[in-house]
Amino acid sequence: MRHLPPPPPEFRARLAALPEDPRAAWDALTALATHALSPLQTNALDAALTARFPTPPAFAPAAPVRLALLGSATTEHLAPGLRVAALRRGIPLALWQPDYGQYQAALEGPDPALAEFAPQVVLLALDAHHLAREAASGSVDVLLDRLAGLWARARALGAVVIQQAALPVAPPLLGANEHRLADSPAAFLAAFNAALRARADAEGAHVLALDAEAAQAGLGAWYNPTYWHLAKQEIAPAAAPAYGELVGRLLGAIRGRSAKCLVLDLDNTLWGGVIGDDGMEGIVLGQGSAAGEAYVALQRHARGLAGRGVILAVCSKNDEAVAREPFASHPDMVLREADIACFVANWGPKPDNLRRIARELNIGLDALVFLDDNPMERDLVRRELPMVAVPETSDDPEQSIAALVGGGYFESLSITEEDRERTALYGANRAREALREQTTDLAGYLRGLEMRLIWRGFDAVGMARIVQLINKSNQFNLTTRRYTEEDVRAVMADPAAFGVQLRLLDRFGDNGVIAIVIGRVDAEGDCDIDTWLMSCRVLGRQVEPTTLNLLAARAAALGAKRLVGRYVPTKKNGMVKDHYAKLGFAPVGETPDGGSRSVLELAGFQPAETFIEVVEG
Amino acid sequence: MPTETEITAGLSEIFAEVFGREIALIPALTAKDVPGWDSFKQIEIIMATEERWGMRFTTRDLDGLRCVGDLIAVVAAKGK
Repeated sequence: MRHLPPPPPEFRARLAALPEDPRAAWDALTALATHALSPLQTNALDAALTARFPTPPAFAPAAPVRLALLGSATTEHLAPGLRVAALRRGIPLALWQPDYGQYQAALEGPDPALAEFAPQVVLLALDAHHLAREAASGSVDVLLDRLAGLWARARALGAVVIQQAALPVAPPLLGANEHRLADSPAAFLAAFNAALRARADAEGAHVLALDAEAAQAGLGAWYNPTYWHLAKQEIAPAAAPAYGELVGRLLGAIRGRSAKCLVLDLDNTLWGGVIGDDGMEGIVLGQGSAAGEAYVALQRHARGLAGRGVILAVCSKNDEAVAREPFASHPDMVLREADIACFVANWGPKPDNLRRIARELNIGLDALVFLDDNPMERDLVRRELPMVAVPETSDDPEQSIAALVGGGYFESLSITEEDRERTALYGANRAREALREQTTDLAGYLRGLEMRLIWRGFDAVGMARIVQLINKSNQFNLTTRRYTEEDVRAVMADPAAFGVQLRLLDRFGDNGVIAIVIGRVDAEGDCDIDTWLMSCRVLGRQVEPTTLNLLAARAAALGAKRLVGRYVPTKKNGMVKDHYAKLGFAPVGETPDGGSRSVLELAGFQPAETFIEVVEG
Repeated sequence: MPTETEITAGLSEIFAEVFGREIALIPALTAKDVPGWDSFKQIEIIMATEERWGMRFTTRDLDGLRCVGDLIAVVAAKGK
């Protein structure tokens, strides 16, 4: 938890004096949760949270999550850490636990109470003692077959599955070559953890990598035999907040609330010293000193993140030309200008510059992680922009890496082609901007892009990207309905529904899959547009009217007479409030929360002419 | 090495944090005497005590705990 700032001294007093207004109370609880709380403070915060909000409030930033925590030993002590970690991400968490050890019966029944709870996520938190008991009687495969059966039952309840890996709690009997001892519990657990990954991937379950965490922090940080013998708590109560945080990251990723962009300060964050004062020869970077090597290691970490889809940006108090110089010509820089999607160096306040970065990248402020060695800057950003994640760090680059890893800000459940290409995508965007500046009129620019929109129905190949887009698109998203893989498969199997994935190509490259539409036609010939979402990086390129042409044709093919569009307002999707009106839909009703319904008759529909060629493929 | 008075004072702070109110600690005090002192609170008390004096209780230490006086004695013995 060292990535979070220490709690304020008046922590208890603020808990005791929560504001009357529910929204203000929720915000106050969230603010208190965003500190490095001790286990007792976590329990106290949870007590205040559950007393004030016995049921999840509707106004929270994220939709509530119903989590069934199914364990084979004691798990009650994990509840506060889970709720607080979810709160930290704006997610109200409803938790269901069976009677002690009844995980199998709960799923196999299924327990009517569990079915009624309708879990969205099932976390199978099986303790390693329990798993190792199968070492004598069966193989790892037998155990995994049994678990896969439970995963299927959880999915039948409509839940996403998280399977906890085994903590390596069994003492070795043979030694370093423990794997040579048949039926060794320690070897069995190691083999289970190794085989679990492939099996979970094959069955669409996610893994809670407790084994990897224990390898990082030491088993003793997670497991204390005294508490196991005392209360059958495999996760030591002192580790309960960290456990909650690990699960919270996965819940955040499932709900599309992981951060998307790492914003880097430069002086004393990315290199040692001040480029404006010390110059290219004076900054500490690269071979020649341990500190210089450490800054290189931080830059490598940042580039590794970029390589799997995290956007990099720079936010520095410097003259821009001076700040860019190391990126252009310092021999030991790992990061180069092409790695930075948005480079902001000036003398203005950093909160303003962070707003600008979010705007230019078309992402929300809560998608930013701001890394800065200066405690004053961190404090300013935390106060002005509480939605921006600001890890605790210093001018020690090792601490910066530990804080980024410890925060798990960029937790991701899959890796898509788009993720790997993201830096190149933003590079191509700069080339597009250059074309736009050269061209005097918009039509000339759009024609010059030579765009092709390639559409395909939902399929297994595109599954990872479809699910990712559905769960992380917040701004250009008409209904913000979140779909799991199971839900997407249900659309594919429904003869009255269609799902379309759209890929945009132009002369500067492949933008990847940038839009998703799901439609469902009823007996009256109404095609309900269940989902229409698009990546903001292709705004202003006529993708919307071209998509409508396609949507109208698909709906008509299923016998639809009209399209019914729905706008469901959220905190983030104000930009599409008039989406359907702009496309010629007629409004037919409004909801009290500012939402609306609109209709387009297909009989008189004239497809819009655009500069985009549409291809099936 | 903390004295019994220092241990009692430290435990008073821990009990106040665990129960959210002041608890007058006397050696004979047991869980039955304090409303809300369940197994969950018991573990909070043990965990916070370990943390405060940087010590780790064994299962035998914990099995011997009957009252506040036992807890003071364990901390005093381990602090030596």
